[in-house]
Amino acid sequence: MTGPSSELVIAGVTKRFGDFVAVDDLDLTVPEGAFFALLGPSGCGKTTTLRMVAGLDTPTTGSIRLGALDITELKPYRRPVNTVFQSYALFPHLTIFENVAFGLRRTGAKDVKTRVNDMLELVELGQFATRRPQQLSGGQQQRVALARALINRPKVLLLDEPLGALDLKLRRQMQIEIKRIQTEVGITFIHVTHDQEEAMTMADTIAVMNQGVIEQMGAPEELYELPRTTFVSNFLGQSNLIRGTVTRDNGTDLVVTVEGTALDALGSRCAARDGEVWVGIRPEKVQLVPTGTPHPGNDVRPGNILPGGTVTDVSFTGVSTQYLVEMPWGQELAVFEQNTGGRGVFKPGDPVDLHWRPEYTFLLDASQDATAGAELENAPS
Amino acid sequence: MIGYLRRNSVLIAGFGVLLYMFLPIFVVILMSFNDPASRNSYSFDGFTMHNWLNPCEPYGMCEAVGLSIRIGVVATVGATLLGSLMAFAFARHRFRGRSAANVFTFLPMASPEIVMGSSLLALFVNVGMGGALGFWTILIAHITFCLSFVVVTVKARLAGLDPSLEQAAMDLYANEWQTFRRITLPLVFPGILSAALLSFSLSFDDFIITNLNAGQSQTFPMFVWGAAQRGIPPQINVIGTVMFVLALTLVLMGDLNNRRRERRQSSE
Amino acid sequence: MDRRNGLTGYLLLAPAGLWLAMFFVVPLFTLVSTSLYDPAGSLETGYALSLNPQNYTAVLADYTPILVRSTLYALAATAACVALGYPLAYAIAFKAGRWKNLMLVAVIAPFFTSFLIRTLSWQVLLGDRAWIADALRAVHLLGPDGHLLATPLAVVTGLTYNFLPFMVLPLYASLEKIDGRLHEAGADLYASPLTTFRTVTLPLSMPGLVAGTLLTFIPAAGDYINAELLGNPGTQMVGNVIQHLFDGGSYPEASALSVILMAAIVAMVLLYIRRAGTEELL
Repeated sequence: MTGPSSELVIAGVTKRFGDFVAVDDLDLTVPEGAFFALLGPSGCGKTTTLRMVAGLDTPTTGSIRLGALDITELKPYRRPVNTVFQSYALFPHLTIFENVAFGLRRTGAKDVKTRVNDMLELVELGQFATRRPQQLSGGQQQRVALARALINRPKVLLLDEPLGALDLKLRRQMQIEIKRIQTEVGITFIHVTHDQEEAMTMADTIAVMNQGVIEQMGAPEELYELPRTTFVSNFLGQSNLIRGTVTRDNGTDLVVTVEGTALDALGSRCAARDGEVWVGIRPEKVQLVPTGTPHPGNDVRPGNILPGGTVTDVSFTGVSTQYLVEMPWGQELAVFEQNTGGRGVFKPGDPVDLHWRPEYTFLLDASQDATAGAELENAPS
Repeated sequence: MIGYLRRNSVLIAGFGVLLYMFLPIFVVILMSFNDPASRNSYSFDGFTMHNWLNPCEPYGMCEAVGLSIRIGVVATVGATLLGSLMAFAFARHRFRGRSAANVFTFLPMASPEIVMGSSLLALFVNVGMGGALGFWTILIAHITFCLSFVVVTVKARLAGLDPSLEQAAMDLYANEWQTFRRITLPLVFPGILSAALLSFSLSFDDFIITNLNAGQSQTFPMFVWGAAQRGIPPQINVIGTVMFVLALTLVLMGDLNNRRRERRQSSE
Repeated sequence: MDRRNGLTGYLLLAPAGLWLAMFFVVPLFTLVSTSLYDPAGSLETGYALSLNPQNYTAVLADYTPILVRSTLYALAATAACVALGYPLAYAIAFKAGRWKNLMLVAVIAPFFTSFLIRTLSWQVLLGDRAWIADALRAVHLLGPDGHLLATPLAVVTGLTYNFLPFMVLPLYASLEKIDGRLHEAGADLYASPLTTFRTVTLPLSMPGLVAGTLLTFIPAAGDYINAELLGNPGTQMVGNVIQHLFDGGSYPEASALSVILMAAIVAMVLLYIRRAGTEELL
């Protein structure tokens, strides 16, 4: 049974380099016309996966199908797939025009000149047609790389961390630009990146990869608000993970005890439901109040209160104030408060309680490593 | 003043050494205009344009130059071809015995010429060509010692080539041959060209190996050697000057070309 | 898809590989076998392979002093090349600025004139009536009857001159790779320029230094042109002897001497490399 003509199906793909397993039994379906992101830290296998789709590497086992076509063993020049390389890989001895026209010329297209000029107009580089790549800026080169790939109207466009070399403002600009082009052109885009903000901004669906496997896949909001593994909870944004024990479960609601305090959680947000668990709450969902302040709660359910903290660090980041709060059992929790100007600022040493709505709590399997995904390199840049 | 000297002492020393290296060249150029008082003159006796106007006056010299050029061209083509193929093998392919092959390629560059020349002579003698030494034996010898230099030069150029360029070409529907023709070859070409130029100068200039394997033939360096015993015609310095100016022009042109390209690239 | 497996690699390697095997490796074996020939034969009458090393003993008996002399000259030339070449390479790598390319061209440029012709020029330069000798006589560094030409000094000068580029270029390549900021770091950590050189630059330039000394010493040891043109019968080097032996038709003895030269060089080089510690010359 085959799906639409450009649906990409990766089935049971494993890639081994000697003893090292880069991609481990990967199963993935990318629907036609989607903007799909493969997100993960260096070495997680995302680039290897991309290269296997492009044909630059061959899977050790498994198959890759594009619509009805099995492309697993096909050479790159036989696949209706094009790549935007991380280093752009523009041909230095050819003009911009010839770079963009390269694929068309190889496939014997007829109206090369018109199509190339139209495409250059699309990426706003019309007047650079006769220049060489070295004469263009990084952002311009990036657009040429994009044009060169898109012009061939591939079924799938692969982007290998294309924005890595650009500075922040330019990167944001290009993110919006690329997303716009994708919507306009309607081609399936697969975007590989280690920047979680970039993935969340651009993609409809994100697959978070770690050590050759997909940890979780879904829409950005879903992954962010409802992580299923500690890795995802730490890799996307930041999470507080506190050890607790489930003491009551009535199907829809759970009660978890953390160091003597009872906290509520929704059953639908629990990846683990009994025994030891990680209680997760995002720092921006937490409000700091002076110790003893009652939680306002609402009519549906009372709020969660974690008492007894002491502020140890206050950082002003412009948009928000970031606190570190040391709890009685020694763990430091992070709390982000938006600088709306309405609330005061705490000082180091202030005794505080943590308040949050139970709808934001998520529970994770306690056997997982609470530091997974939290390495420095994944901090938002 | 002292401060300036001390601060730039290394640079000044460097220029000093360069000057030392150019001293004989100045002599060559100067002596090409020499009107020698006798056949064994070692000093500048008088200025004349005669040598430049009659460059082929010395008996056998221009024939020797011609032979050197002929051998140089053929040896260059041979060595560049074989060496480039080998460089590609090293840079782009996996094979067993890689490090051994590496050593073998490097060895000729590091062998003393007298040993290489002797061993080739020994080979030729043993296969019965002892009486047939000449163009072909010289040619074989030249290709042999030029090979290593070509491999090293082209290999270096290939190593500097971004592999993602070839991958991009294949991603854009170019098969292996098209990728090679349109992307790899144009980008490696400067390396192959310098290897060829290097081969030619090595071949043209070689004496020790050639002398052992030339039989009755005479290349230009052999002519010079013979002249050193008999009396040096000033036209030798004419040839020397011409060689120097020609090669210097080529190198400077290449350098200027690079600079021009770089300047164009950095401008918007 | 960094390196491809399969047959193509071997095919590409084959032509040059076979060539080198046939015309470099085999000749070396032939050289050794020729060195074991009975010297009583000749080109016309053919040679008989005698497996006793009489050629070697004969040659060693006659020519050991010359072997020693060649080694000394080559070592002297190499040392001189280091003394002259290192400052030049250093200057080009760090102090040249916009003159860098020009200086590099200037290092290679002398190559372009036949080195025989250049060596002949040294005959002119070092001649008794030339200005160098005159100048040295004026400051009494040279006696009134002293010669510069036809002396060991002239030979070593010629050797140094001819092989200087082989020293400068690898050294330059090594020095070029050194990040200039390392010098600044040294200065920041209280090292004088000399100390920075000794502890930072010199060790980092070792690969280039080793390559340069090898590329200078090995050919210099086998050279005979400088000895012939600039020296006298007393300054003969191994190369001269080998050439004369071949000229005279004494193939077995000449081959034996060649093999000895080759073996001596290989031995010294291996020892040197082991001490210097760089295996990655290639």
